[in-house]
Amino acid sequence: MKFAVLVNEGPYQHQASDTAYQFVHAALQAGHDVMRVFFYHDGVNNGTRLTSPPQDDRHIQKRWSDLAAEHKLDLVLCVAACQRRGIVDEDEMKRNGKDADNIAEGFRISGLGQLIEAGIEADRLITFGD
Amino acid sequence: MSTLNIVNKSPFEKRTLEQCLKRVGDGDSVLLIEDASICAVAGTAYQDQLNATAELTKLYVLQPDLDARGFTDAKLLEPVQCVDYTGFVELVAQHDRVHSWL
Repeated sequence: MKFAVLVNEGPYQHQASDTAYQFVHAALQAGHDVMRVFFYHDGVNNGTRLTSPPQDDRHIQKRWSDLAAEHKLDLVLCVAACQRRGIVDEDEMKRNGKDADNIAEGFRISGLGQLIEAGIEADRLITFGD
Repeated sequence: MSTLNIVNKSPFEKRTLEQCLKRVGDGDSVLLIEDASICAVAGTAYQDQLNATAELTKLYVLQPDLDARGFTDAKLLEPVQCVDYTGFVELVAQHDRVHSWL
């Protein structure tokens, strides 16, 4: 079955991004297709490569990036939510006149159309948030 | 059309569980995850409401979230079934729709 996942909460906030990760991991293990994970609102904070959690804690961003590399996952950050929160790729860095970018490996920035498309194309869209 | 209703907050914090239980229909299911998992434990103020709901709908709780809260060996409500993340994925696939009560 084809799944799409929406993550509306930031990492280390409550539990939603952890639950979303565990769900996607289990879905992939069961042989399902996860066509896209869309990060919206504070969820875009999952996609900054500048986080350095303590060594004995889970590294939420790295966990997503590793899963994306292993399973060719499409991890999409909402562009408007990113601009508000300072999540920037190279194009957005140039477009907004910033001196650095901070998007993590395996993530890309795009628009809400990607969420709509996922909702239409996937058999199930599962939302995780606060 | 069957719906899987996912509730993730304690009813002592938010009203999403009550709102959900009022609206579930015949053949639907309710999955308690994260802080909502504590309602699966017997003896809370929501016990009667959940037991009444279970006459029409199936009730599930995410076991890892119970474990994380120290309720591994707690007595659960009789109609509640425990699932792990694999079971969570199966529930999503088995139902026609999924609704997260946020």
